[in-house]
Amino acid sequence: MIITSCRNINVDDRDENLAFAVNVKVMAIYSLYILNKAGTLIFQNDYVGSVEKLSHNAYISLGSMFHGLHAIASNLSPTGSSSGIETIETEAFKLQCFQTHTGMKFYTISDPNHPNLDEILHNIYELYTDYVLKNPFYELEMSIRCDLFDDKLNRLLKGTTAD
Amino acid sequence: MSKKYEKIGETVFSKVDKINAELFTLTYGALVTQLIKDYEDIEQVNIKLEQMGYNIGVRLIEEFLAKSGIGRCNDFVETAEVISKIGFKMFLGVTAQISEWDQDKKEFHLIIEDNPLIDFVELPEHLKHKLYYSNILCGVIRGALEMVQMKVKCTFVKCALSDESSSEIKVVLEEVLSDLAPVGYD
Repeated sequence: MIITSCRNINVDDRDENLAFAVNVKVMAIYSLYILNKAGTLIFQNDYVGSVEKLSHNAYISLGSMFHGLHAIASNLSPTGSSSGIETIETEAFKLQCFQTHTGMKFYTISDPNHPNLDEILHNIYELYTDYVLKNPFYELEMSIRCDLFDDKLNRLLKGTTAD
Repeated sequence: MSKKYEKIGETVFSKVDKINAELFTLTYGALVTQLIKDYEDIEQVNIKLEQMGYNIGVRLIEEFLAKSGIGRCNDFVETAEVISKIGFKMFLGVTAQISEWDQDKKEFHLIIEDNPLIDFVELPEHLKHKLYYSNILCGVIRGALEMVQMKVKCTFVKCALSDESSSEIKVVLEEVLSDLAPVGYD
């Protein structure tokens, strides 16, 4: 249901990479990051082949840096508390962040015109509660290595339906 | 206020996956009896059940937040309503009643009239008033609230299995861990 609405994106003035991505019917979400409440990266994956891979440590430091920026942004508010960073928009991409009430952060790097990231992030959160937290061998706050979760995310973010 | 939550509870309940209640009740029964065999000391069994509940609670809260769409509660009174009308409904299919608020609104009793955990259960005489059969619920509440920065203490004050009118859990708010709150939620 989410997937259909995302295929409507306007591809006219995209760069080559993205045009490629849309051609192969890949949804324009490039990467997903999940931070635990301490700001440690517990999950990162790319969903478009054209995204340049970084080293494992680089992802971890990017995650921690975002956590810090988020906290700074929240303190910058002139009128009391603020939610921190919700979106960062650039010409090439958009970062959208969803923070849960328990302090976890889910954020995606996507196409700047992606229409319904809020809904997708919420769906990712639900997948996390179903396929990560209900796995008895997953330890809270630790890196997520759950195949089922990966499968479901691939389905959601790449729009592939295996069944 | 509680009508509103009852409605949300119904809606969420209709959306979540269900399992056979009897299987659930029997599995829980098997777990408790195994603990009694393993520990012999009934007080230890109560403690273990509470700890198991805690481990469930710290995970279950995320599902609760994700699927109910509930935001941050304004006060502990609202929290109590949300637990009894949405939380219990969503995970156990029943609602609980709230009573006996203290003056500071930091302590209340949850009365569970229709506790699915105790269907079919009859406690033997020597366990009455010693074993809190559903003590796992205390742990679940404690674990779940701790993840949203509320430190509470839960204890069974009445147990329907020990010939009392209903199951009753006392919940006491000990402190709000505001320094652990995520940014933007002061």
